[in-house]
Amino acid sequence: MTEVIFYVFAAILLFAGLRVVTAKNPVHAALYLVLSFFNGAALWMLMQAEFLAVSLIVVYVGAVMVLFLFVVMMLDINFEELRKGFWKYVPVAGTVAVVMAVEMALILSHRAAQIEGAGLVDHPAGYNNAKVLGQLIYTEYFLPFQLAAVLLLVGMIAAIALTLRKRKNTKYINPANQIQVKRNDRVKIVSMPAEERPSVEAPKADDGQA
Amino acid sequence: MNIMTWSSLNAGVATPEIFLLCATCAILLIDVFLSDAKRHISYVLTLAALVATGCLLVAGYSLQPQLAFNGMFIADPLASLSKLGMVVGVILMLVYGRGYAAVRGLFRGELFTLTLCALLGMMVMASAVNFVVLYVGLELLSLSLYALVALQRTSSRSTEAAMKYFILGALASGLLLYGMSMVYGATQSLDVFVIAQKIAHDEANRLLTVFGIVFIVTGLGFKLGAVPFHMWAPDVYDGAPTLVSQLIGSAPKVAAFAFIMRILAQALEGFAFDWRSMLMVLAVLSLVIGNVTAIAQVNIKRMFAYSTISHMGFLLLGIMAATPGGYAAAFFYAMTYMLTAAAGFGLIMLLSREGFEADQIADFRGLNKRSPWFAAMMLIVMFSMAGIPVFIGFFAKLAIIQALVGLGLVWLAVIAVLMSVIGAFYYLRVVKVMYFEDPTDTAPIAAGADAKLVLSVNCLLLLVLGMAPDRLLTALTTALQFSLHPGL
Repeated sequence: MTEVIFYVFAAILLFAGLRVVTAKNPVHAALYLVLSFFNGAALWMLMQAEFLAVSLIVVYVGAVMVLFLFVVMMLDINFEELRKGFWKYVPVAGTVAVVMAVEMALILSHRAAQIEGAGLVDHPAGYNNAKVLGQLIYTEYFLPFQLAAVLLLVGMIAAIALTLRKRKNTKYINPANQIQVKRNDRVKIVSMPAEERPSVEAPKADDGQA
Repeated sequence: MNIMTWSSLNAGVATPEIFLLCATCAILLIDVFLSDAKRHISYVLTLAALVATGCLLVAGYSLQPQLAFNGMFIADPLASLSKLGMVVGVILMLVYGRGYAAVRGLFRGELFTLTLCALLGMMVMASAVNFVVLYVGLELLSLSLYALVALQRTSSRSTEAAMKYFILGALASGLLLYGMSMVYGATQSLDVFVIAQKIAHDEANRLLTVFGIVFIVTGLGFKLGAVPFHMWAPDVYDGAPTLVSQLIGSAPKVAAFAFIMRILAQALEGFAFDWRSMLMVLAVLSLVIGNVTAIAQVNIKRMFAYSTISHMGFLLLGIMAATPGGYAAAFFYAMTYMLTAAAGFGLIMLLSREGFEADQIADFRGLNKRSPWFAAMMLIVMFSMAGIPVFIGFFAKLAIIQALVGLGLVWLAVIAVLMSVIGAFYYLRVVKVMYFEDPTDTAPIAAGADAKLVLSVNCLLLLVLGMAPDRLLTALTTALQFSLHPGL
């Protein structure tokens, strides 16, 4: 039964992956990528790696791909232009792909590359992937976990340092000054002697002045 | 399942790193509340944090290695001494670069926090004994450096340099990680000591490990800037603000040495036969191409970049010897090169001023007439890099060549000497320009008194250490003995 499910998901994954590269519309391509991530997550679920599956959906489908869709929709990129040389490169790309596929098959089937303990592990009922991972991260892998947090901090500092620009001509509003403003700051009453009302018609650009 | 206890955490061993991280966060917060006019407060705080980290390192120095964080972190003499070297390198960069950064709008809080994060990454690289931690430390350093190179964002050259550095750096990280994953596959461990043990007991898959070593050496070659993976170095050195070039060219070389020691000399010692030949190719190519290409440079920052490539060739020769003597010679080389490169870039910044970069060799014309003292300092730096006796660079090269001859690799020693002679040409050209040509630029030297003082001490140190190199060499040799073979 598991095998049948695996082949169904794997087939959809391959189809979606193929459509990512062949779809004409970039929005469709991005949506197919979402589909392929989803199927990848399902495969992980079959391998009882539910934490990875959930995080793939949360992080990639939920955050990265949504942002990516925004970017694709906002930027005015002429995708036809980018695709122009596609058929010209197909022979070379096809050769490279075939060579890579053969190499991978050779490596995977070679005796020297068989790694001990690389097969799937059968977990007992009640085994909780996320819990085990959490325990490892917060105990054994405490140091790399903390350092990865520093890495994110560096990313944040760098992003702010490289993109935040103070514009000198921007008119900032200072709320404190806004609240403190008095009536006298807004309206100035000037006493003037009364004048007779000049009898002019509504000014028409040229006539009056000439 | 490992249960973490206070004793297996043993966090006290990492006091310098923990202090540095807390200080970085504090400076990050304090800096937000400072106006541009008070920016020097963050500068002073940064220097204070660095000095305190240095003091903690000295106070915690012990010859016996101590493990921490469930065996992922080690404090041994190799780590402590190289960290001390890195702290000194970063202090030198900030002192020399203060005036330079101030007139170019780089004197910002991010300069300090990113530099401190880079230092933290280097310190982790020196202390990590687990592939994950080694990698995270390297990335911490690299990410901070990419951002620092791009910090002068109005300059298109800096941005270009940062882009190149980032893309090639990411590629190198990928290769390194790929290699590490293969070694993990072959030995089923990420721990440096467990990997070494498995290899010693012949429990590792040989084909996979050697395959992994190829990728690891390639990644290391990229990070070191060794030929044929050196393409990024000249553009980055040239495009980055000079103080960042100084940072890239000095302290990380010491970190890289410790990093290579952990991976090649400790974890993969059993496959020394395989990685030695790879390092030999990298070293010889770096020596030849670095020195020959440097002759053609008119930009002194590019010249330094090619000279760094050739010096990395020397460093690799020492590691390639794979004997205690060779490792000690390479350690000595990394430490003294850090001091020499810092002084070299410091002198470029000394002559730079607002709107003027002294980055051409021609800018050093007639320096002797403008300032005999600093001309003499530059002379010391150039002679030391060229490897002329009495100066420290000579003894560094001598130690490497001794190690090679001791192994019977005379032809390698001959290549190294020949290439040093070719290298002497372009160093001496700078000296000639300073002493025998008339100044074209007569503006007074604008640098502050603190930079001038520290720079003079730095340069004189190259001379003083050169007169008595034995003590430093002995200290480093002992440190390596206790680190690589604990329990001696």
